[in-house]
Amino acid sequence: MSGYLSLWEQYGGQMLAAFWGNIQLAFYAAVASLILGLILALMRISPVPSFRWVGTAYVNIIRNTPLTIIITFGVAVLYGVFTWQLSSDFNLNFFQIAIFGLAIYHAAFFCEAIRAGVNTVPQGQAEAARAIGLGFFPAAQNIILPQALRGAITPIGNTLISLIKNTTVVAAGSVAEVSGLMKTMIEFRPDQGILIFLTIAMFFVIVVVPVGLLTTYLSKKLAVAR
Amino acid sequence: MSAQQSVLFDAPGPKTKRTILIINVIGAAVLLFVLYLLFKGLGDAGELKPEKWNVFAQGSIWSDYLLPGLMNTLKAAAISIVLALVFGFVFGLGRLSHMTWVRVISSIVVEFFRAVPVLIMMIFFWLFLGGAQLVPPDQSPFVAVVLGLTFYNGSVIAELVRSGVEGLPKGQREAGIAIGLTRGQSLRSIEVPQALTAMLPALIGQFVIILKDSALGSIVTYNELLYSANLVGTGNGNVFQALVVAAAIFIVINYALSALAKWLSRYLASRGEAGAAGHNDGGAEAPPAQVMGAPQTL
Amino acid sequence: MALFSKRKTMALAGAAAAVALSLTACGGGGGGSGSGEGKIRIGIKFDQPGLGFQDGSNYTGFDVDVAKYVANELGYPADKVEFVSSPSANRENMLANKQVDMIFATYSITDARKERVSFAGPYFVAGQDLLVRKDDSSITGKDSLSGKKLCSVTGSTSAEKVKKDVPGVQLVEQSGYANCLGLLEKGGIDAVTTDDIILAGLAAAKANHGKFKVVGAPFSTEKYGVGLPKGSDKCESINKAITKMIDSGEWKKALEANTQGTGYTPNAETNPPKPDACS
Repeated sequence: MSGYLSLWEQYGGQMLAAFWGNIQLAFYAAVASLILGLILALMRISPVPSFRWVGTAYVNIIRNTPLTIIITFGVAVLYGVFTWQLSSDFNLNFFQIAIFGLAIYHAAFFCEAIRAGVNTVPQGQAEAARAIGLGFFPAAQNIILPQALRGAITPIGNTLISLIKNTTVVAAGSVAEVSGLMKTMIEFRPDQGILIFLTIAMFFVIVVVPVGLLTTYLSKKLAVAR
Repeated sequence: MSAQQSVLFDAPGPKTKRTILIINVIGAAVLLFVLYLLFKGLGDAGELKPEKWNVFAQGSIWSDYLLPGLMNTLKAAAISIVLALVFGFVFGLGRLSHMTWVRVISSIVVEFFRAVPVLIMMIFFWLFLGGAQLVPPDQSPFVAVVLGLTFYNGSVIAELVRSGVEGLPKGQREAGIAIGLTRGQSLRSIEVPQALTAMLPALIGQFVIILKDSALGSIVTYNELLYSANLVGTGNGNVFQALVVAAAIFIVINYALSALAKWLSRYLASRGEAGAAGHNDGGAEAPPAQVMGAPQTL
Repeated sequence: MALFSKRKTMALAGAAAAVALSLTACGGGGGGSGSGEGKIRIGIKFDQPGLGFQDGSNYTGFDVDVAKYVANELGYPADKVEFVSSPSANRENMLANKQVDMIFATYSITDARKERVSFAGPYFVAGQDLLVRKDDSSITGKDSLSGKKLCSVTGSTSAEKVKKDVPGVQLVEQSGYANCLGLLEKGGIDAVTTDDIILAGLAAAKANHGKFKVVGAPFSTEKYGVGLPKGSDKCESINKAITKMIDSGEWKKALEANTQGTGYTPNAETNPPKPDACS
């Protein structure tokens, strides 16, 4: 037990900083990828063939590529080729690129989640809306999207959970986060290996389980009776 | 694709058709412009030079690096799939048990491994197993990859099993018990087989995730495809190109698996409908959205 | 607490055994442990060009050349040598488990490591240095780094040292040195930092010929030793072999061949080194 306490003395500050890094990554990437995912979903269900084609190609390519490769590409292409330097702070650029990489990847999954939600709405709902004289936007706003959102809650929640966990992969993009730190900690304190793992695992349990519970609660509460 | 219209958009009239055509052309032009910028940028940076790509025409690059790497990827994925299925069925059925303690323990195990990132598990097993001399150190990367993939995906499969069985109409179990089966017998011979059919597409989707996540093995020095691609890139000064090739291989394999899952889900749905109509019990189709949606993805 | 961790360990062992079983059933893997039939198993890096690199079914690099020479002196000709990949994080474990008989893998002799393993040598003294673009003369050493952008590998000791030595340094950490070289070539960063001979090896790869140079102002001392299982009796004979290699000129030849075209010369004050006394 005293070994574990000394571990906190030695690494506590770094651990909290790394956890905070993961949370920040997850937050910004979630916002960015939800927006991008929504745009992609609209493209995929739009009547414009070129939009549909782009959306489909995007999803099929990105969804089947390992995230590590996407993050490495992010640095090699955005920073190496297109000299991404939005910030004068050198390291902040890589933080932004990491968020960008996470967003690109998870947008494909959010897109599919939203599309799945739209697909749960029966065609009859749209026909009924038009029959009572609603135009495109009123119908979308009042009839279709609210139902679609309910159907999409579970997959969106699951994607969100994956995103939180996948923030551990961006060490490849030079961001201080918890998986890199864990590696160092176990190398230098092999005696505490199991406790180091459990500590970091508990962090994710504490963050992820409430998101899962909230998703289940919402999807049950808002479920559309059909 | 064009035949299948979405709920959100009505069938277009002549005027809208013209508007769509115009937007379509604009969309295509924007796409081409973006692609042009991308390739121009890559070209200016020298990434498209033939000498950076030529090495992939050499047989030795494939026979010495990429194919052995791919074999290791497939090996780790295949073993993980089998073990994850075992893990998933044990704990998925455990969560359905009528014994409280089995249910509680299964729930804790499943929820824990579902919440912990795969990479965190891999790094832990890699360093810990090698250090504690539980497995030979040169096997510890492989074992770490397999254990990480098994525990995470096994717990996702456990949820698939559980939601698949729970998605079945109650009458199935009641009928089983009415004809004198025990709870376990009813699960084994009536409920699980039906649930299995319903969850098969989602299960294959999970295999895609296993295959894709095995690339994390390169971080724990398991010499799978991504690791060997990095070796090629290091030796030939073309890391970027090597990663493009590795990504392409992953995309092709995963796309094929996803296509199989899609086809299977359509096939099963059509068969389910036919069965339902034939026997007039309407029970064979578990609500697919629920089963598919429940644990899902990456 | 102790009881808990023990039970956990056993559960893990069980799981690991299951995996090991399925592995052998699949016929994969490179055989079991132990050297057997008069062979010697040597741990090297597989991914470090110029030092230890897997080139098809061959292995090349300075570490490999020294390892072959020493093995031959110990009575193991080339066909009795089996090379095994030993990544940094696994080196002590592999020696402790007797998975390898010795390790030549840019393995710095440190007091912390001496607690778990024994060392022969050193056979080379490296120092942390900088790799820059060939036409860049603005970086001459550690003290000219202000405002410059550096790249190193995530979690490496080189990255830690440069952060400590050069306060406020702009450092990006990548998953491999090859990624750093890509950024260096395009100008996204100004220098890559790690041990000088590793940098020279990277720059000597055919594709990188003439693009980069090693600055040649090392700011640390890394004595590359031969890692041995704790209490090994081979130390004396290995040291003798290393001395013989240096005296015969083979050592210099190997070094030059593996860093060709980079203008790299090792720190002459410390090289060639005299092996430490065996403990």
